[in-house]
Amino acid sequence: MLNIINKSPLDRNALQSCIDAATGGAILLIEDGVYAATRGSAFEAKLKAAQGTYKLFALGPDIDARGFGDRVMDGVTVVDYAGFVDLVTEHKTCQSWL
Amino acid sequence: MTTKKFMFVNRKAPYGTVYALESLEVVLIGAAFEQDVSLAFMDDGVYQLKKGHQTKGIEMKGFEKTYGALDDYDVNKLYVDEESLKARGLTADDLCVPVEVMSRAAIGKLMEEQDVLLSF
Amino acid sequence: MKLAILVNEGPYTHQASDSAYQFTKAALAKGHEIFRVFFYHDGVNNATRLTTPPQDDRNIINRWSKLAEEHKLDMVVCVAAAQRRGIVDEGEAKRNGKDATNLAPGFRISGLGQLIEAGIQADRTVVFGD
Repeated sequence: MLNIINKSPLDRNALQSCIDAATGGAILLIEDGVYAATRGSAFEAKLKAAQGTYKLFALGPDIDARGFGDRVMDGVTVVDYAGFVDLVTEHKTCQSWL
Repeated sequence: MTTKKFMFVNRKAPYGTVYALESLEVVLIGAAFEQDVSLAFMDDGVYQLKKGHQTKGIEMKGFEKTYGALDDYDVNKLYVDEESLKARGLTADDLCVPVEVMSRAAIGKLMEEQDVLLSF
Repeated sequence: MKLAILVNEGPYTHQASDSAYQFTKAALAKGHEIFRVFFYHDGVNNATRLTTPPQDDRNIINRWSKLAEEHKLDMVVCVAAAQRRGIVDEGEAKRNGKDATNLAPGFRISGLGQLIEAGIQADRTVVFGD
């Protein structure tokens, strides 16, 4: 399953709930969700730990918009909107954790 | 008509925002289209099912009864996250309809089985 | 693949409509078919033709109308949500005694059944919201 998160984990608990549901597949961070993929945040360790269950992706244009292009944590693959589309078609379903 | 598994994921409390009410309206249409409909309640979404909504004071239309009416539409797969209930001091007895309480990992497994996941 | 898009938020306040637009554009560029874009909750506010955003920023409504025209997209606004929020076409104005309409080009007002149908017919349904 493709899990889409659009809020920062320090603002909302969507990412945490997603990780707890442990569906496997992929997590794609978009909009304010990309903050979860930045180095040095209080959530970094939790996201690193989730790498065992999920492949991690973050939307490049959203990272760049927020000025974090040089601070993406290891283990997160940056994709563009075309990559977002590919992730959707490659997974049987997607859940937007709103 | 094709039957697909539609799961409606509810993570927001009622009345503070419109999502709980308007998502119920989609559930009813999904049932009318004879789809295989289930509802998952997680995080503050579990608050939607709390018994005893009394909305006179806030002058908003209460919709607790609509959860009760779901059964008439053959929508009776309501899954509630145990951890979310506990964190909010609730048990299944506090809820206005019969539900299946399960772990969030179990809800996650159910999500994997769906064809369409709708969140609001 | 056939894709269905659900937009739950209105223009400017949330990024949802922007993200949905960029996703839809990218999907079309890759040759996928967009079965329907459905607007619900405040998402119906993407369909008013009365906005005048600043000239130096994107025009969210016009951009959707243009994309719909270029690619013959079916963009549907939920009637119940539209009634609540004042998005009105000729039919709705007559039915509900309104003295104006404001539906932007490329959008049509219809029922929630269109959303369920999109979920049924599309291979993938993607939701953009808050």
